[in-house]
Amino acid sequence: MIQELLEKLLNWQDNKSGDEAKRRLKLVIAHDRIGLSSEKVEQMRQEILEVVAKYVEIDPEDMEFDLSSSDRMTALVANLPIRRIKDENPPE
Amino acid sequence: MSRVIVVTSGKGGVGKTTCTANLGSALVKLGKKVALVDADFGLRNLDLLLGLENRVVYTAVEAIAGECRIEQALVKDKRQSGLVLLPAAQNRNKESVTPTQMKQLIMKLNKAFDYILVDSPAGIEMGFRNAISAAREALIVTTPEITAVRDADRVVGLLEAYGIKRTRLIVNRLKPDMIKMNEMMSVEDVLEILAIPLLGIVPDDKQVIIASNRGEPLVLGDQKTSVPATAFLNIARRLEGEKVPLLDLMADQDGFLGKIRRFFAG
Repeated sequence: MIQELLEKLLNWQDNKSGDEAKRRLKLVIAHDRIGLSSEKVEQMRQEILEVVAKYVEIDPEDMEFDLSSSDRMTALVANLPIRRIKDENPPE
Repeated sequence: MSRVIVVTSGKGGVGKTTCTANLGSALVKLGKKVALVDADFGLRNLDLLLGLENRVVYTAVEAIAGECRIEQALVKDKRQSGLVLLPAAQNRNKESVTPTQMKQLIMKLNKAFDYILVDSPAGIEMGFRNAISAAREALIVTTPEITAVRDADRVVGLLEAYGIKRTRLIVNRLKPDMIKMNEMMSVEDVLEILAIPLLGIVPDDKQVIIASNRGEPLVLGDQKTSVPATAFLNIARRLEGEKVPLLDLMADQDGFLGKIRRFFAG
């Protein structure tokens, strides 16, 4: 019983289902609104990455690529940290 | 000219028909003449919630087919003069009527009523398109549940695409105790996601079920003791353009002491 009480106290600030619902909804609605499946979005991400990678070197670990919705507008938000600009004329 | 308003939601079972019946009744209480149109062909229920199920003779389908005049199909509510129901057919399916036919039918009622509320079926297919065909305004009913809000968002987009610009939201079946525990999305959360204007909030309440058992809209009963009845009346007043503050449903759940305090505060 004490253990249960402790767990409850420790989980006090934990993620409640209300927040979870809101987070999941935002994501699924952003997809619904542009009518793209997650596979399509993934495909788009890959292709954009390929294009960007031609010019700059990016860090695939640190990148963000999300659809987000606010006020009935959907935006594609991509944040691609550049590791370094590719040299135009690499040394032979 | 009447205001033609469609009540819709996308998802089934969120309380469209209950909202239509109660808002109709509330508007009549404010002195308006109201026609309620059941556009849920094949699965009609508005007659039951209004307690008019035994008085249905003709339906919208016969009126469209020219088998009766539209006046013959209208069922008058004996408890409230000024309220009529245009019932949906129960035996034919939703595909037997087109949006153009539905629009023409509703437009025949245009002169005699202040409001025409159209109860839409669930879904976004033909039945939905019939229901919105004559509407200039829409009320979207949702509950604070993830599935209902998602479907409501789809419908908001569709209404926009069909040129219905004035779309407002009713959040139904709110459970303040769950919101306090953060186990349910709040009205603010739902509004942030859907981004359309809020017309009203209706709490989850046993009385809604009791009223539907009896076929008696809530606003016909004792409003002083019924929070949902007050909520519906307030929504009707807002439709009329009155500025009515939202009920503080969150304060309503502060337990026994709070209830006593409010009792003495009148």
